[in-house]
This record gives sequence, structure tokens and C-alpha cells, in this order.
Amino acid sequence: MARITLDHIRHAYGANPVADSDYALREVHHEWNDGGAYALLGPSGCGKTTLLNIISGLLQPSHGRILFDGNDVTEVSTQGRNIAQVFQFPVIYDTMTVYDNLAFPLRNRKVPEAEVDKRVRDMLGIIDLADWADRKARGLTADQKQKISLGRGLVRNDVNAILFDEPLTVIDPHMKWVLRSQLKRIHKQFGFTMVYVTHDQTEALTFADKVVVMYEGEIVQIGTPAELFEKPSHTFVGYFIGSPGMNVLPAQLNERSVVVGSQRMDLNVPPQTKPGDRIELGIRPEFIHLGREGMPVKISRIEDIGRRRIVRAEFEGKPLAIVADENTEIPAEARVSFDPAGINIYANSWRVGGEA
Amino acid sequence: MEKTYNNKAWFFVLPVLLLVLFSAAIPLMTVVNYSVQDTFGNNEFFWAGTGWFTEILNSDRFWAALQRNLLFSVIILALEIPLGIFIALNMPKKGLGVPVCLVLMALPLLIPWNVVGTIWQVFGRVDIGLLGRTLAILGIDYNYVRDPIDAWVTVIVMDVWHWTSLVVLLCYAGLVSIPDAYYQAAKIDGASRWSVFRFIQLPKMKRVLLIAVLLRFMDSFMIYTEPFVVTGGGPGNSTTFLSIDLVKMAVGQFDLGPAAAMSIIYFLIILLMSWIFYTVMTSSDKDA
Amino acid sequence: MLELRKAAKMVAGEYHIHPSDLTLERGSLNVLLGPTLSGKTSLMRLMAGLDRPTEGAVYFDGIDVTGMPVQKRNIAMVYQQFINYPLLTVYENIASPMRISGKDKATVDREVRKAADLLRLTPYLDRTPLHLSGGQQQRTALARALVKNASLVLMDEPLANLDYKLREELREELPKIFAQSGAIFVYATTEPSEALMLGGNTATLSEGRITQFGPTIDIYRRPADLTTAKTFADPPLNFIEVVKSGGGLRHREGDVLPLPAHLGTIPDGPLTVAFHPHHLGFTQQTENSARLAARTQISEITGSESFVHLEYDGVKWVMLAPGIHNIDPDTGIEVFLDTRHLMAFGSDGRAIAAAAA
Repeated sequence: MARITLDHIRHAYGANPVADSDYALREVHHEWNDGGAYALLGPSGCGKTTLLNIISGLLQPSHGRILFDGNDVTEVSTQGRNIAQVFQFPVIYDTMTVYDNLAFPLRNRKVPEAEVDKRVRDMLGIIDLADWADRKARGLTADQKQKISLGRGLVRNDVNAILFDEPLTVIDPHMKWVLRSQLKRIHKQFGFTMVYVTHDQTEALTFADKVVVMYEGEIVQIGTPAELFEKPSHTFVGYFIGSPGMNVLPAQLNERSVVVGSQRMDLNVPPQTKPGDRIELGIRPEFIHLGREGMPVKISRIEDIGRRRIVRAEFEGKPLAIVADENTEIPAEARVSFDPAGINIYANSWRVGGEA
Repeated sequence: MEKTYNNKAWFFVLPVLLLVLFSAAIPLMTVVNYSVQDTFGNNEFFWAGTGWFTEILNSDRFWAALQRNLLFSVIILALEIPLGIFIALNMPKKGLGVPVCLVLMALPLLIPWNVVGTIWQVFGRVDIGLLGRTLAILGIDYNYVRDPIDAWVTVIVMDVWHWTSLVVLLCYAGLVSIPDAYYQAAKIDGASRWSVFRFIQLPKMKRVLLIAVLLRFMDSFMIYTEPFVVTGGGPGNSTTFLSIDLVKMAVGQFDLGPAAAMSIIYFLIILLMSWIFYTVMTSSDKDA
Repeated sequence: MLELRKAAKMVAGEYHIHPSDLTLERGSLNVLLGPTLSGKTSLMRLMAGLDRPTEGAVYFDGIDVTGMPVQKRNIAMVYQQFINYPLLTVYENIASPMRISGKDKATVDREVRKAADLLRLTPYLDRTPLHLSGGQQQRTALARALVKNASLVLMDEPLANLDYKLREELREELPKIFAQSGAIFVYATTEPSEALMLGGNTATLSEGRITQFGPTIDIYRRPADLTTAKTFADPPLNFIEVVKSGGGLRHREGDVLPLPAHLGTIPDGPLTVAFHPHHLGFTQQTENSARLAARTQISEITGSESFVHLEYDGVKWVMLAPGIHNIDPDTGIEVFLDTRHLMAFGSDGRAIAAAAA
């Protein structure tokens, strides 16, 4: 297991990058703890896969260094970095049995056969495939194949990090649940450093201790799931995390209060802004209470999605999404109030303060 | 696979079926007809029964030609398949080199058989051929007209030059369909170059290899034009393969009956060998 | 109106689609929900006329169209893979079905621009699909389906290859866009949450059978049998085996669940009771809650909510509780089950009395 240091890493695919926009990955400078579970979350093209490939050694960054436990591995090959990776589509050796698939990385490293057998049998138990040991890997289901890919990484027990590249893409929803919690259990049990790339917020948030949100080649926020939910540092994080995403309303600051249209809300701490900044108020649909008291809204549609309802409304001429649970009564003449703890203030899309 | 219920598709196949009927099925029936009859010309035919077949099967000349054919096919497969795989593995996977390599590889395939034969016939001549002269200057005693071994070497080298490209192109198509993730995973698993070949590339190439082996077997077993042009079956009978023997018999000696019987035996041998190849190579597919 | 009348598809002596009856109304949105290989695509192929049913018949507006080839029906299809003509521009891609049907130039132009506007493709009309993002490529395919003005639009997991957030946006737009066209709209998905967000009607599929068909939210709340309930649950359902006697549901460990009103009239006897993860909680919400002792396994936090995996009497449960609860594994905790939404199933798997709405 290792601590991963990303030292001023930048990467461009083309030669001679000049402008910021030439870079698929702009400056990334962070240190990731030994044994941590990290998720890289963002839309396609945000640079998350580039960053993963730099960590695994498939790509050399244009600038900067990467260190494992303080040792510079920038020039070290993929093999030399001692990492494991699970890919989007299951990679298995179809002509081998399940057992031989798991034994493969060990035999390649000349581990004595008695030790191989012991470790492979242990791993078959951990990934729940003991009964399948002697089957050819070809006939298995997608989730079983993904477990083999994972097992091939874990069986080495000396890996520096395990990398996951959207590993649940081809898995059915029901199996996703099983695999996800199995993965989490394995992380707790073994304490591997894990890096998980995904565009699916649920996967990222449930898997990771720390989620790294990326947008246009930059890390916009690193935080615990709760921090990302409650205090998104950029309006993009607010939009990307949460379903539906955060409501972002144009606003003005007025000393100790924020004004949206004709509505005024008091703030405890006035945020630091410069004149001319574009000010917005962000509030998640979960922090808006629907009732008979508060500010007026016009409800345009109610979507019943089972355990909760999404209320689409118009507030001060802007669309507003509100989440109500299945037992909440929605009055005809509805009014809303914003939970002060859920208010965030943004200047030019970056969070400058909040909490009324 | 799901079957469609639209039978109109048959109309599209009909011309081909008719063509095959006229170009293959009807001649084949004529051959069958000849093989059981005897003639002294003037369109007078006499029933000969299985006579021609027994004669052919008892003739040393036939067995010798068959042996030569089998030996030739085995050598050709043993050279072209590994060489084809080797070249395909070493071809660039991306960049400007890809079209260049593909065109280079496709070139020999575009040349007609008799032209290939003529090229090599001239190429190897000791008096004026580049190869023949060079070898002679180097002090190597090479003469395909005189020495049976030299004649064989020439015919084999010519076939390898002409047809290895086909194996290369088929294998290359199999190789480029392997997703990058497989190579990455193998690196991560610490697999050696040999393991990557054995467990990733070879399994993925298996289907195209099967086609390559079948095509090359059938083609080499039926080889005619090139040796005919270069060596004319000689020196002696050393490069007289079944097809050449057949033509000698039918056209040269006008022994239509035995030639027809031999054709049919020849045809059945190819059918049988292809079937054996196919079953052996696909049987390992069903052990999942 | 599209009707399947006892339509079935048998391949090599095995039913891929069991004899099925299904009626889809004009202007309706119909979701086919089921896991991979449950028969969604096979069923769509029967509807489209790509396959002929081996038994039964397909009717369109009262006319038997069984065996009518797909070219003669007015059908549009969108697939999971982004299928466009790679060498044509977005404009020509969208225009292609109208070119085939021989529309005049002005009409083609008007329709293409309208569809492009609706699907926010106007800036990309001159590009070829290879220079577009996945979302834009799929929107091009959707626009082509839209201009075809088909009476039946079939979509086979059209958003599966797109990013989560893009999926969310398109999912919201799609029903609106196609609602105006008056076509019958069929949408296949493996994800229950997608079905719920689309609304409309849902047919749940399992192993080649349509297990239930009706308004989406009704099926979610009142599944007719266990298979449907399991198909239509993400996160997965929790189960508890109980015996109904008098005023309570007795579990063999001695726990008693208070009998909710909607199960009051059913006869005494053993039942399988199912409930959604969000009906378990840390606090007693109503007097209809039962207090149960469980052991924790692992907690997953989504930022605003927590999925706590539990074990109750050897059975695995998931609880979805608001707030952040990171509880150590293998800790004994008390949870409350809100019995107002229980679903009860008999030993034959049929629903006995469904949950109150």
C-alpha cells in the first residue's frame, strides 16, 4: 500500500501545448493517503481517465511528477509500479479456468506453487467464486468476470494501489448493489489504497472516503460525500452531485442579506466579494421546505418517482426543483422556505460563503 | 441466430447459384460421366464401371503425386502460418505505418498466378535471373531446372512469397480487434511477451487462423499454375503435383476416363481433408 | 394502437417470449423494465416486425400486421449504440429518413431545423457524427427518429452509454418531445429508477414473460407478485417471513409487527412481507412502526443519505436513512420499520394485499 503524491501534474495529448485549453489535465497537485478510498468523478472528457492512466503508468505526464510513498515513479513502467486495475469491460483470460486466471499474476512473478494455491483459494472465497474454480472463465456472467479482474489484483497482496475504471458499467442494477458493498467490505478488510473513476455520482459517493470532482481538466473540489453535498465549492459540483442537482439562482448581496428577485434572506456572515462579481445563490432541492408558510412559488409539475416526489416550480421567474418525500402533503397554494443551513453563495461560480 | 421469414433474399443469391451450377455442378457431372466410361473418340462411349478408379488407385504415379502434394502443403503451412503470425505481430497498430504496411502486404496478392510464376522463373534463371546469378556468383550451386531439391525450394519460396501476406492480413485483422485494456491488464499482471501471445493474442486470432489454415491448405493442395510455369513439373517428375499430373493425363495424353476418375478422387481428398481440419480446429471451441 | 395477441417467440424449442397480450395506446409512453436477457429486445423486435411471432398475432389500429415486413410499417428505432451515418453531416443524418420518403426540399429543411432546435443540435448541423460527443451523437439519432414521424418509436436502452447527468437531462426531455408526436413510445431499460422518472406505463419483464403492465407508479407501489416486486426495486427490496395471527405479524424470533390497515382483512397464515429500504429508519416515525434489533454490516453514504446494510435474523437488509450514519460493522442497532407500506405475498408469490398508496 502506498501514499500517492501528484506533484504539479499537467498533461496535454498534443505536442507543444500553449494555452490552458490545450491541456487535457491542468495543474493537479495533491497527496492521497495510504489506504484511502478515492473516487474521481466527472463527465466524459473532464480528464479523470487521463489522471488514472498517469497513476497507472500508461501515460507519462507532460509536466510534473508522481510519487508512491515518496519515491518518484514518473519514469517507472506499469509493471514496475506494482498496481492493479479493473477495467470498464471485464478483462479475463478466456482460455484459462477461474483458478488459473487468479493464479496468473502470481505465477508470472514466480511465487512458489504451494503459496499460489493458498492465496488463490483464499481469494476465491473472498470474491465468492469458490464453486467456480475449475470452470473456464469464458462462460461466466459480466459480474463474475469483473470479480475475477478484481481478484487478480487483490491476490498479489503487495500492490501499491488498486485502480478502477468505471467497473460497474456493464453490470445490471441489482448486481451493482452486491458488487459495490462487496468492494467496500474488501476495502475495510484489507485497507488497500483505491482509486475509482466514474461518472455516476451514486457509485462515487458510496464508494469513496474522499471524492475528487473534476471538470474541464481541473479538480474543482475534493471532499467527503457530505462536504460535496452540503457545501459544493463550485456551482458545477452542485449541479453534478445530487439528483436533481442544486438550484442556482441569480442573486444580489446587500450587506448581511442576499436578495433573489423580490425575496430577501438574511446571512450570518457576509461573504467576501468584489464589485462586479456575478453573484448566485445555490440551494439543493432537499433543503427547500414546501408548505403553507414562506415565499410564494408556482408549481408546474409533480413527478412521483416512488420514494420521493420531485416538484418542478417557478420561483421569482426562475425554475426551482424541490424534493418532497412520499408522505409530504403538497398544498394547492404552496409556499417555500429555504433551510438556512442549505444556502450557499457563489461569486463567479465559486463558493464564497453561505449559511444564513 | 434468429431466422428471418422474408424469403425474397433468395432472389439475390439466385444468379450466383446459377453461375455455380453452370461452372461447377454441370462440369462435375460430366466428369462423373467420363469417369465411368471409356471412349476411342468419335463420341462413342463404353461403360467402364469402376475400372478407371481401380486403375488410378493402383498406379504408383498417382500415389507419388499425392505424396508430393501432401508434403508440399505441410511445408507451406509450417512456413506460412508461423511467419504470417510473426509478421502480423510486428506490424504497427497505428500511425502512418499502417496503410504503408497493408499496401505492401497486399501487393503480392494482386499479382496473377501465371505472372508470379513467370517472375520467379526469370528471377531464378542461372543465366539472366537476379537470384540465380547472385547465387552462382556466391558460389552456390543452384539450378532449378536440373536439381529436384532446387526446384522444390524455388516453388516453396515462391508460394511463401505469394501467399504469406494473406495469413498476415487475416491475423492482423484478428489482432487489431483486441481492446487495449487486455494489453494493459497483462502488463499489470506481469505477463511475459510469450504469455501475452499465448493467452491473449492467440485465442483472439483463433478464428481467423482457422480460416487461414483452411484457405492455404486447399489452395496449396490444388497448386498448379506456378510450378507449371516455372518447372513444368520437372526436373523428371519431382514437382509433378496431382493437378499437373491430371492435366498431363487429360490434355497431354487425352486419357479422359482415368483423368476424370482421378479428378473425383482428388476432389474427395480435398473435401475430406478440409472437413478434418475444420472439425479438429473447431472442436476445441466447445469446451466452455 | 398496437396490440400483441398471445404473441410468442420460440427459438429452438424454447420460448424467448412466452405468449403475451399487451395493448399500447396512441400517444402513450411505455417502459419495458427488466434485467439483461429478460426479453426486452426480443419483445421490441416482435413489435417492430423485425421478427415474426411463432404464435399469436400483432395488430396495429385493428389491422393484423403479423408478418408485414418492417419496411412497410412506419417505425423508428433508437439503439443503445449511437447509430448514425458516419460520413454524413448531422443535418443530412437527420434529413435521411425524409430523403428516402421523398419529401420536398423546403419541408425537409423545416423539419430538420425544428428537430435540431428541440434536441439542441443547431450549432452542430454541419459537423459529422465523429466530431460530436456521445450525448450529441445520441441526440442526432433521436432527432432522426423524431422527423420520421413514425407511429411507433422503439428505444432500446437509448441512454445506457451516456454519462449519468446527461442521462438525467435527456430522460426529462424525451417524454416531452415525443408526447407531441402522438406516436406510441416504447422504451426499454434495466433501471427501475429510470422507469420511475419516465413515468407513463411500465411492463415488467422476467425470463421472457410480461409479469405486469400498468401505470408505472402503480406497479412500483402495488406489484402483483414477488418477481415484479424484485424487478421493480432499486435499491433492492428487503424481505421478512412472518405469520399473521390476529392483530399482528409474528416473526419466529418473537418480534411482532403491528398490522397495517391495508392488511387487516387478510386471513391468518404465513406470509412473505417485502418493504423498500427507505421504510426502515433510525427513529419511530408513526405508531405503525415496529422496533427491530439488527446488526450492521457496512454503511454507504451518498452525501445526504446513508445506505446501511444490515443483517436481521440471518437475512440481509438495506436501510436508506436520511443524514450521515457511518456505523462500525458488526454493531447491534435498533431500527424501526414503518409498516404502512408493507407488501405481502403468499407462498405462491402472488401479492395478497398490496401496500397502501
